Amino acid sequence: MQLTGKAHKFGDDVNTDYIISGKYKFKTLDMRELATHVMEDLDPDFYSKITPGDFIVAGRNFGCGSSREQAPLAIKYANISAVIAKSFARIFYRNAINTGLPVIECDTDLIDPGDELVVDMAAGYIKNVTKDTVIQIRPLPRVMLKILEDGGLAAHFAKYGTFNFD
Amino acid sequence: MGQTMIEKILSAKSGREVYAGDIVVADVDFVMGQDGTSPLAIRAFRNMQGQRLFDSSKVALVIDHSAPSPSESVSNLHTLMRDFARETGCRLYDIGDGVCHQLMLESGKVGPGSLVIGADSHTCTYGALNAFATGVGSTDLAAALISGKMWFKVPPTVRFVCHGRLPAGVYSKDLILFLIGQVTADGATYMSAEYVGEAIDALSIEARFTVSNMAIEMGAKAGLMEADEKTFDWVRRYSDRHFAAVKSDPDARYEKVLEFDVSNLEPQVAKPHRVDNTAPLSEVAGRPIQEAVIGTCTNGRLEDLRIAAGILKGRKVSRDVRFIVAPASRRIYLEAIADGTLAALVEAGAAVVTPGCGPCVGTHNGVPSDGETVISTANRNFKGRMGNRNAEIFLASPATVAASALTGVITDPREFIEGN
Ligand code: SF4
Repeated sequence: MQLTGKAHKFGDDVNTDYIISGKYKFKTLDMRELATHVMEDLDPDFYSKITPGDFIVAGRNFGCGSSREQAPLAIKYANISAVIAKSFARIFYRNAINTGLPVIECDTDLIDPGDELVVDMAAGYIKNVTKDTVIQIRPLPRVMLKILEDGGLAAHFAKYGTFNFD
Repeated sequence: MGQTMIEKILSAKSGREVYAGDIVVADVDFVMGQDGTSPLAIRAFRNMQGQRLFDSSKVALVIDHSAPSPSESVSNLHTLMRDFARETGCRLYDIGDGVCHQLMLESGKVGPGSLVIGADSHTCTYGALNAFATGVGSTDLAAALISGKMWFKVPPTVRFVCHGRLPAGVYSKDLILFLIGQVTADGATYMSAEYVGEAIDALSIEARFTVSNMAIEMGAKAGLMEADEKTFDWVRRYSDRHFAAVKSDPDARYEKVLEFDVSNLEPQVAKPHRVDNTAPLSEVAGRPIQEAVIGTCTNGRLEDLRIAAGILKGRKVSRDVRFIVAPASRRIYLEAIADGTLAALVEAGAAVVTPGCGPCVGTHNGVPSDGETVISTANRNFKGRMGNRNAEIFLASPATVAASALTGVITDPREFIEGN
């Protein structure tokens, strides 16, 4: 599967309060509504800048902070196709895979704001179309690949009734 | 080969000897969700075609983050939780019972060697009881509700050895803020932290909870301590069950071992807008504040309230400061009423809010206005955390918050502590 879009860049330590503020997250289960507030405390107009398929590209420790699954969901429902970062906080990383939002670890210094990217997770690389370069991505752990392939953890459980990694 | 505490717990719970890097599917002893995460978990439970809980006596849902409800939409989510608890037979802690983590610590269900998951990032707090306790999201929670199991990658461990004793007026909050400043917000990502040494041994169990609570603020999956008499005293207060404590082997492998001497540590603060943006208090002393908060799962326990009351008894907080106190549980609330602690705080000017998360996460109970500065005993000071992105939050110990409430500016509590 190939994902195509342009890069929106953020720095290190983007926490879950910035991704979706606690004041909204407790209010609703309507993810489309939450999505309109995504990244609002860092960039109040962010939602309106997204073209469906775009990527969030960030530095280290993306998604640190709370365990709110509304964070990856708000990103997903904002039509971001994947988050690309140098590293992720572990709860966010799990939540993203569980809810079917692709998360990709690589050296994001090689990507500038607005760069056009083609991501090929299966082949393990990102093509930076703007710069005409190729960036290697770190492979997902096997267990997580299995969950993603099944369409997220809910689908995995609906299929097997429990964890099944064999 | 020797094992760390977390390797031992995950070995016991998965039925085979495992080490850092191994993937395990482990049995969980207890599963907890709160009102910000449970509604999505209930939805995921249904999507997974969940019919019943793996064991309703091992599940609790807690309404603490927006309690009592500030709006109709939140009320509807609370009702969803109440209905789910009724239907499945699990325990529901309702408004006024307290912060989820304090309730788990008081539940008697968590003790040395336990494996607990909670759909809240500060679940790591129970590491101070020698448990592997970690935060997960709603879908993981739903999977555990159905199966009683969770998958983990066994994390490597970073061991913090804290030598010396904290000086008077310097508390476990100052210690953990200092450690987070040293290793930064992702210094322990994907790792388990172990906190050991003379300085940790000397802490009360309540003070230890504060340290483990903030393990996640260095990115850690867990923040474990060894069990000692204080641990077992705490556990025996709430349970007559037997728990099997774990201790790291002398030849266990660590990712890192970091040693600190804390005997000259000064009171610390975390400055806006990052928890690892720490500094000695003296660097920001004198800065005016408009709101002071004592409470949360980090520092809302009886010992914390008593420390604050020790400073505030017979005095009045500054007219320019709103002083908000949120006891971490109903039990603590009652104990603080019984021993006069709460009277001292209220007489000093405290507005006491419902036991629960209080103003910590911006849902209610004290959202600051634009341009205001808050000093709080909480664990996070991200921009917008308390509901207003145009406010600034400093994190500090209960003593520092109490002293600052009194003077209206960030103040070293040692000025008010006898013997100094
Ligand atoms: S008190 Fe604050 S940090 Fe603790 S569980 Fe509640 S919202 Fe989270």
